[in-house]
Amino acid sequence: MHSHWEHFDHGADIGVRGFGPTEAAAFEQAALALTAVVADPEAVRAVDRVDFDCEAPDAELLLVHWLNAVISQMALHRMLFARYQVQIHGHRLTAHALGETLCAPRHGPAVEVKGATVTALRVARLPGGWVAQTVVDV
Amino acid sequence: MDLRTLHRLAPCVWEIPRRNGMHVPAVVYASEDLMREMDEKVREQAENVARLPGIVGASYAMPDAHWGYGFPIGGVAAFDAGAGGVVSAGGVGFDISCGVRCLHTGLKRADILAVQQPLADALFEHIPAGVGSTGAIHLNSEQMHDMLTGGARWAVERGWGTATDLERIEEHGQIPHARPGCVSAVAKARQREEMGTLGSGNHYLEVQEVAEIFDAEAAAVYGLAPGDVMVMIHCGSRGLGHQIGSEFLLRMAAEAPAHGLHLPDRELACAPIHSDLGQEYLGAMRAAINCALANRQILTHLVRVVFSTRFPAARLPLLYDVSHNTCKVEQHRVEGQRRELHVHRKGATRAFGPGHPELQPALRPAGQPVLVGGSMGTGSYVLAGNASSEGLAFASACHGAGRAMSRHQAQKTWHGRNVLDELARRGIAVRSPSLRGIAEEAPGAYKDVAAVVDATQAAGLARKVARLAPLICIKG
Repeated sequence: MHSHWEHFDHGADIGVRGFGPTEAAAFEQAALALTAVVADPEAVRAVDRVDFDCEAPDAELLLVHWLNAVISQMALHRMLFARYQVQIHGHRLTAHALGETLCAPRHGPAVEVKGATVTALRVARLPGGWVAQTVVDV
Repeated sequence: MDLRTLHRLAPCVWEIPRRNGMHVPAVVYASEDLMREMDEKVREQAENVARLPGIVGASYAMPDAHWGYGFPIGGVAAFDAGAGGVVSAGGVGFDISCGVRCLHTGLKRADILAVQQPLADALFEHIPAGVGSTGAIHLNSEQMHDMLTGGARWAVERGWGTATDLERIEEHGQIPHARPGCVSAVAKARQREEMGTLGSGNHYLEVQEVAEIFDAEAAAVYGLAPGDVMVMIHCGSRGLGHQIGSEFLLRMAAEAPAHGLHLPDRELACAPIHSDLGQEYLGAMRAAINCALANRQILTHLVRVVFSTRFPAARLPLLYDVSHNTCKVEQHRVEGQRRELHVHRKGATRAFGPGHPELQPALRPAGQPVLVGGSMGTGSYVLAGNASSEGLAFASACHGAGRAMSRHQAQKTWHGRNVLDELARRGIAVRSPSLRGIAEEAPGAYKDVAAVVDATQAAGLARKVARLAPLICIKG
């Protein structure tokens, strides 16, 4: 399975879904889908690095922790991220993201993400890879 | 929604009877048309809420209800702490105390039309709006603590408003028992630069005209007349509230089994009101309510500054300020007995009836103003709480139009430029930092707000007082 992401519909909000050959790759793609809720990831330059370290009781809650950590860092540093590198060991995740300071005229951000929910939450092995998805509140 | 197994109690009242572990029935207030359009998920979520311990009366859904997370958006549920009741982060939502504030301007439509474009530009320049925007007020730790306990009162004491504003805000602008110590350092850090910002998504600031009066008596009490110009602000507790909602949702999901809560779905994450976690959440959530009230108060100040440059005599007094994402401790009569309940309103507006002691004496003859925001093109409504409101859904009414189409679908359906041009043809000046955001918020992406308020009135939840039509919209 090649790594890719997509959005899925959820009433007032929006679903983020990542696919990848590994669980970590699916988490990376879910985070890219998160960036894409705000702006086109292709328009974001990978110049500044932010590190992450999250832990949760299970794989699904780990995805929510991970996306919430990204959302918090986007808000705190007023950044967008273009690339994510994730490692997962059990239910602990370490990662870094590369991005740049938000530039409204260039990025044209549509909406800020408030938080990741546990709605439609799923982290699962598929034939040939993994899927990681949840709904984010905007 | 499939209506076949529902009991129609009245034209706009539908009961989902108790089944499969529901402690109480679920009740949906809506017309048949709105019911048929309503997502089946609303039914599923309303039923799930009815399975939570300590729920009282029924699990309610308002006419604008749609699929939420755990609780439906447009959901109302009250819990008795003494009966093992719970508090739920999902039942309040991520944008804690998101709400609507409405200001009089003392101006008429013609006054605004004479300066419509430059006034829109000036509001857009001075009201921080959109993703990543920051305010001019930066709080240190001590100021943050004071703001989280003081709410709008804190803002007024710093010169961003008047004491009379506080009389027209729920809880008089300051909810008690806030616990800033239960708010994480990250949540506070997110808020440090965001005081006095509008946010994005469905948040907006509009200059509106009173286009229609339905209840002349209540309109007179509220000071509304045809052609009057009002300002409506829709926003919430910004990054602080989002962070609190996110953190406690996860903690509640993780700790539910330890509290003996066996939830039908983890998205119903909650904690017993009497638990440490429940009390911590309530303390943090109240701090976020104060944050939202302070934020709307600062935005009010900014609006007054902008108007003063064009209309030096304009004072912009407050009509009212409502919050529609909250959990509040209220006294309600249930089966003849007065009980203290924790009332969750997730996308629902409190609607106290005439004479309620919480209301400013000047408002008591009409009942609480219920401010209902619509979409950019369709307008908004002012309703009034009824004497019958309390007996229906713990004195609650609708909060908005509710989305009819996902953001994803709206993006595919409309282009922001075309939406702006169409609204301009209809005399509405829109300013926004994001064309994609405009497309996602296109009027056609929302339900018919008129149908929602008609159903609200028909159900007896609140009555229509006035319809407001937009002239200027600043969209975050």
